[in-house]
Amino acid sequence: MMNKVFPNKAALSADLKNNPMLRAEIRKQRVGATIRYIILLFFGLVMLYPLFWMFSAAFKPNHEIFSSLSLWPKEFSLDGFINGWNTGTEYTFGRFFLNTLYYVVPKVILTVISSVIVAYGFARFEIPFKKFWFVTLVATILLPTSVLLIPQYLMFREMGMLDSYLPLYLPMAFATQGFFVFMLIQFLRGLPTDMEEAAQIDGCNSYQLLWYIVVPMLKPAIISVALFQFMWSVNDFLGPLIYISSVEKYPIALALKLSIDVTEGTQWNEILAMASIAIVPSIVVFLIAQNYFVEGISSGGVKG
Amino acid sequence: MSKVVFENLTKVYSNGFKAVHGINLEIEDGEFLVVIGPSGCAKSTTLRMLAGLESITGGSISIGGKVVNGLPPKDRGIAMVFQNYALYPHMSVRENLGFGLKLAKVSKADIEKQVNEAAELLELTPLLDRLPRQLSGGQAQRVAVGRAIVKRPQVFLFDEPLSNLDAKLRASMRVRISDLHKTLKKTNRSATSVYVTHDQTEAMTMGDRICVMKDGHIMQVDTPANLYKYPKNLFVAGFIGAPEMNMVETRLDRTGEGKCHLALSSQMLGLPDEKLQKVLTNFTEDVVFGIRPEFIKLADDNSPRDELIKGTIVRMENMGAEFYVHFTVEDRELCTRIPADVVEAKLLDAIGKEHLFHFEMNNGHIFSKATEINISL
Repeated sequence: MMNKVFPNKAALSADLKNNPMLRAEIRKQRVGATIRYIILLFFGLVMLYPLFWMFSAAFKPNHEIFSSLSLWPKEFSLDGFINGWNTGTEYTFGRFFLNTLYYVVPKVILTVISSVIVAYGFARFEIPFKKFWFVTLVATILLPTSVLLIPQYLMFREMGMLDSYLPLYLPMAFATQGFFVFMLIQFLRGLPTDMEEAAQIDGCNSYQLLWYIVVPMLKPAIISVALFQFMWSVNDFLGPLIYISSVEKYPIALALKLSIDVTEGTQWNEILAMASIAIVPSIVVFLIAQNYFVEGISSGGVKG
Repeated sequence: MSKVVFENLTKVYSNGFKAVHGINLEIEDGEFLVVIGPSGCAKSTTLRMLAGLESITGGSISIGGKVVNGLPPKDRGIAMVFQNYALYPHMSVRENLGFGLKLAKVSKADIEKQVNEAAELLELTPLLDRLPRQLSGGQAQRVAVGRAIVKRPQVFLFDEPLSNLDAKLRASMRVRISDLHKTLKKTNRSATSVYVTHDQTEAMTMGDRICVMKDGHIMQVDTPANLYKYPKNLFVAGFIGAPEMNMVETRLDRTGEGKCHLALSSQMLGLPDEKLQKVLTNFTEDVVFGIRPEFIKLADDNSPRDELIKGTIVRMENMGAEFYVHFTVEDRELCTRIPADVVEAKLLDAIGKEHLFHFEMNNGHIFSKATEINISL
């Protein structure tokens, strides 16, 4: 599109030549922007350095890791990956990867289903003592999870579920993570109810309303919930540590620790190589889903 | 048959606020009824109660002779068009139109047929595969209307459907909806419509009858022409018509020969016999005199002497074909509409000057100040 003030580039440059004030102003803006970017870049690098260091250290031989801060390996080696993948146990690292997925996937699915249903109830229905329940829900967010560890452990022991993944994901079927419910409620509150009323008139009952209308509109929020839950669960160390006791069921978080424990002289390059691999799923999932974080929602339905 | 009847319909909110005060209303089969009123008059609440989106506190609503008080919206045989269109953002126009039928488990072929039919009627065929966000406001509203038609409801409900459109589009949609109503009626389809708006023009041009509401009460239900000509009370008189009816608080004086005079400041207006008879049966001294701007004319030689008032012109607004001429009678300001050619002939440089005006008293109204009821009808 044509610029209204400067119809074309030639006119713009002519104007620039003739107008020292304008030239000075533009130069000032450029200098300002350069300084801003340099500062941002510097702090960005400081924060990312540990991550870069981990990646590069994974390619270094063990003796080189702690001897230099340099990111570029002097002796490039893949030993860390090869030995790390084989682990010191009878299982490969792939096994631990799968183990992680065995409880993370059900955990994410259950969290999404239960949180959406509970949030829908809170946001759209009149329930007796709704305010009280809502405050209770918010209060559970503030409660440190470690407070519940012992009673929960005892409970699952009585149920005979120790050394299985059930204690890790079963509670999610009951919308126990208040944060996600709260997040969805807030999102739902921001959505106009017109569409739901129209659907009611079109013949939806409450469940059809949820499935056909609310869930599609909630999609960005649901994806955020799934993403958070996925990343937090993959990184969870305490849960598996308490409930999983046999090595064949270890997830990544425990497996990494395992290689530190079993050998005298720790093979740091192996650990760092596996740690690098371990964060790949989270990064991939995040990259796939990040569009939904910014997607404008339901704009079509309410546009004036 | 799709007659709608409200009997003593009441709505009280849980915080104790009484929104609708036991209203009674009959909407005939095939009628286009417009409900109008200032914001907060409970017109939308009433519509939503009819739709089943809002619970009823007291009274009853029946559609086609069947009481629907406890029925969910889908079982009432209604379709509704919302102010914000309320299209499902994730569905194409085609899916939006067919969604109600899909839920009703209509066969795919039938859905396709009915959707195409409605799309043709509303010229939506080229838009069928678009998403709501790819539509303009006018197109979106047409889809919303189409969604209502596809359902073949007994009653159509419109909740300020044109408020979000610009003036030009609003005018064309107004005609479209009116025409649609006529088309449906002609093809013997149920077309009873309840249309809520706060826009007078929509009410006057679209409605077979208009229901004027205020604070949860019905003020008057009548045809647009009657509402304009014979307002039952002060509120309706003031609400309908632009520019507004002139209203003057004044006194009604009974004179010796069984006549009545209205005092307008120090000048007097006589009442014609016809009005006099009616006024005398409900006589009260403190009244509000109302007269529409078009019934105040420039006086000429033929004007009756007891209908003349002298006023000073203070302002003239040029509306193109006519002028709104504002004049004061001592401390009161009144407005009249005078054709542009008359203004050019007689009122050039008239601002600040005195003029004689003819008040056509036959078309005036006298309201009791206490009850606000029109005692001259």
